[in-house]
Amino acid sequence: MAATGQVKTPTATMGWAKSGRGSSRSTNMIRAGIFFGMAISWEALSRSGLLFRDVVPSLFSIWASIWKLVASPVFYANLQVTAWEIFASLAIGSGLGITVGIILGANRFLGAAYEPYVYYIAPTPRIIFFPVMIMWFGVGVASKIALGALSCFFTVALSTAGGMREVDKVLIRVGRSFRATPWQMATKIYLPAMRTPVLNGIRLGFGTATVTCLLAETKLSNQGLGYMIMQIYARFDMPSLYGLLIIVFIIAGVGNLILGKVTGTSA
Amino acid sequence: MASSSLAQHRAIPIILGASTIIGAFVVLEVLLRMGVVNKYVVPLPSQVVMALERIIVEENIFGRMRETAYEMVVSCVMVIVLGVPIGSLLYRWRSLRSAVLDWIAAMAAAPLVLAFPLFLVMFGRSPTTVIVMSVITGLAPIIIKTTEGLLGVRPVLINVGRSLKLTDAQMFRMILLPAALPTIFSGIRLSWTFVLISVVGIEFLINLGGLGQLINDLSERYDLPGTYGAIGFVILVSVAFFMILERVETWLRPAK
Repeated sequence: MAATGQVKTPTATMGWAKSGRGSSRSTNMIRAGIFFGMAISWEALSRSGLLFRDVVPSLFSIWASIWKLVASPVFYANLQVTAWEIFASLAIGSGLGITVGIILGANRFLGAAYEPYVYYIAPTPRIIFFPVMIMWFGVGVASKIALGALSCFFTVALSTAGGMREVDKVLIRVGRSFRATPWQMATKIYLPAMRTPVLNGIRLGFGTATVTCLLAETKLSNQGLGYMIMQIYARFDMPSLYGLLIIVFIIAGVGNLILGKVTGTSA
Repeated sequence: MASSSLAQHRAIPIILGASTIIGAFVVLEVLLRMGVVNKYVVPLPSQVVMALERIIVEENIFGRMRETAYEMVVSCVMVIVLGVPIGSLLYRWRSLRSAVLDWIAAMAAAPLVLAFPLFLVMFGRSPTTVIVMSVITGLAPIIIKTTEGLLGVRPVLINVGRSLKLTDAQMFRMILLPAALPTIFSGIRLSWTFVLISVVGIEFLINLGGLGQLINDLSERYDLPGTYGAIGFVILVSVAFFMILERVETWLRPAK
């Protein structure tokens, strides 16, 4: 136990790394210092005239544009479209991913036959499938949902298959000794035991689905936040572009945080 | 006897997987020829295979691969050049680490690639935009893994270094870096995967450069077999890239 503790904090025990106080107060002070330092540098650079003013707009104009965007009904209309795309992608991709993951994880033979394909295609750039999705589902919301679901599927399937294989064999034997039916085995043994990897997979799938849906909207769309970004870019309205990107990053971060909390509390 | 039976055991699922894929293509070909599936939406698999030759000869695929490879190599090198020192810095200064590591983890999960219009304004429609965007996308995993790898170095190794009175630089070069290399390479593999996704994705989105642009060009021309063939080609290149990275990672991992 002691050895494990030492391995975890070698810097503290060996002193090669400068330890510092490491308290939450100093951490917050460093964070505040970095934040304000960057803000002041940005503002100074913006006012210096060294760079083209529109490339580095004043923080005040970015802040004003954020308020303007948040107060605009157009923003909420586009947010609604993107949120629907992400939600539908996540629901479809996770549903398929969990099903395929359970099949591949439960059967060693099928896993050996098909999982390598899922594993190696998973990290390929999914956005390149967008032309195919447009041909299959048209230029509307459906093609973005399909692409988002495709992105989400691989992550969830791999995570579920891995989780399925790691279910404690004792639990499975207990279920069998009670002569549980396949449905009872699935609902009483496998699904509760696999909850953490499945939820982690869904959380990762949310991230990939969000990025993919937004990128697809920037490529070809007439609604959604990605479309809005490209409209603002076309107008060369840089403060609004920065503002909208900040809002999108915050929304994605909050979504990820909520799913993280769900995963954490469920684990 | 036992080894040949084991090899046979391993070969059967592989054969099943490959034959399922081939079988699916054959079924699709039949359905398309029977008119059950629309030929204007899904091309004949045989046409896609034939289109590969055309893509290679007429679309200068090797030239495009060179462009993508150039962007990849520059981005991958820059990710290491920036990421490893930043990760080492965070290892060395604990306060700084506890202050910014959460931000870096958040950066890894953020849809940073969406900021490409910003870089289009800054650098124009050029490979620089692709490279800068890809470096930003790929930086977080390597920083996190470098810090993690250095923090995981066994204390006994650091003690040996200290007993030999190594300087900080010697300690880093001779003890910490070699011991943390397997974990750092895991970060490199993750970062390079992000870089590949970003390079091809941005090429596709801004219609510039190599393989990503090829898919965009072919789809805009409504060349269905060509588009499917090019997508298949990019998947093959990506899979080969990941397999090589995985082999190197396995080779670097210490034997248990």
